[in-house]
Amino acid sequence: MSENTSNQKEPLFSYRNKKLISNPIGKENPITIQVLGICSVLAITVQLRPSLVMAISVVAVMGISNVVISLLRNTIPPRIRIIVQLTVIASLVIIVDQVLKAALYDVSRQLSIFVGLIITNCIIMGRLEGFALYNKPWPSFLDGIGNASGYGAILLAVGFIRELFGSGTLMNQQVIPGFLYDIGYVNNGLFILPPMAMIAVGVIIWVQRTRDPELVDAS
Amino acid sequence: MAKKYSNRYIFVYASIMVVVVALVLSLLATLLQPIQERNIRLEKMQNILASINIEVEREESADVFYDYIVQTKILDQEGEEMEGDAFEVDLEDEIRKDLEERQMPLYITEVEEDTLYVLPLRGAGLWGPIWGYVSLKSDFNTIAGANFDHASETPGLGSQIADEEFESRFKGKKIYDQEGNYRAVDVVKNGVDPDDPHRVDAITGATMTCDGVADMLYEGIRVYEPYFNKQ
Repeated sequence: MSENTSNQKEPLFSYRNKKLISNPIGKENPITIQVLGICSVLAITVQLRPSLVMAISVVAVMGISNVVISLLRNTIPPRIRIIVQLTVIASLVIIVDQVLKAALYDVSRQLSIFVGLIITNCIIMGRLEGFALYNKPWPSFLDGIGNASGYGAILLAVGFIRELFGSGTLMNQQVIPGFLYDIGYVNNGLFILPPMAMIAVGVIIWVQRTRDPELVDAS
Repeated sequence: MAKKYSNRYIFVYASIMVVVVALVLSLLATLLQPIQERNIRLEKMQNILASINIEVEREESADVFYDYIVQTKILDQEGEEMEGDAFEVDLEDEIRKDLEERQMPLYITEVEEDTLYVLPLRGAGLWGPIWGYVSLKSDFNTIAGANFDHASETPGLGSQIADEEFESRFKGKKIYDQEGNYRAVDVVKNGVDPDDPHRVDAITGATMTCDGVADMLYEGIRVYEPYFNKQ
């Protein structure tokens, strides 16, 4: 991850830059490969809607914080870099929270405490520490968006499965038709409980590694 | 990264950063505060209207609020009227006060010829506060409607107390039994006969939140008894 030192201007969406977005969604997914950010996946994926808003909020916070840290990267004293990173993340999260309360009040009521919990999402600090501190703003921005999207994709997948089977709804709309309930179908209560999120993430990891043996840890 | 930074640089850097962040955040909070407070007021109106079974969008609630609310009162523990604007009373502060000092807001509403009395409630759920409004018919016994909300109950479980389906279970329930004893409405597990006037079915997996709702109703309605008895 050394800085791009060539004087030639790299196209905005060069092969390498595209990889910054696509890799974290697939092969370097922060949740399924690096197993980061698990706590929020367990907490908020009972329904699809909070999952979606959480995903969007994390994309915003991560994209911007990566850019800010990347812009400051040559001025940040290494001894206090973690504090600087935390300050940037915390400020952005407060901004997101305040803006949601003003502009999207219903959504902010639904997310309640989880917005604040973005601060504790280890993926964000991991990317600041591992990428933004050593790279230019544009690749850092892409890296942030990419990793947040990888996180968001898993969030949405788990939220979809859990709301569908746990409540029979999607985005609070009934999707499992009433006649199925009449002939004895019942919503599965286990899907509402946090352990099911663990199982769902586990199954996603299993499927992903079965399809791509490269990812299997040999040890 | 190999550059050496002096202590002075680090201190100055950190100080500037803190000042900049503080400025940006306080500016933003000040700018957005009026919008946020407006949202909260509108939601309160929307919730009060919902408890008398009038469903409106949040943005429209201010326009129709006073079409239904004909009178507001603040009551003391004896059921006597006090000075002040009931809408501005914050129950969060009031329930911490002793009964002697407590201000109890009451909204008197008229819906299709019926007079309904809306009582605000506040209590504790599993993770944080829960609150709501319950409307009583003019016999001060039958519940006409209820609306609940919460700060941080578990999504998909306790959060269901704010669902219309759960709220509708309270309609038609009675707070006094045949002998006139105060019962309020209990929220119980294992299914209830829908015709039971003092019980509603709880939400599976949300026992603690439902117990909170039952306590809130019991404690919250009881303080208005002196007023009921005077009518």
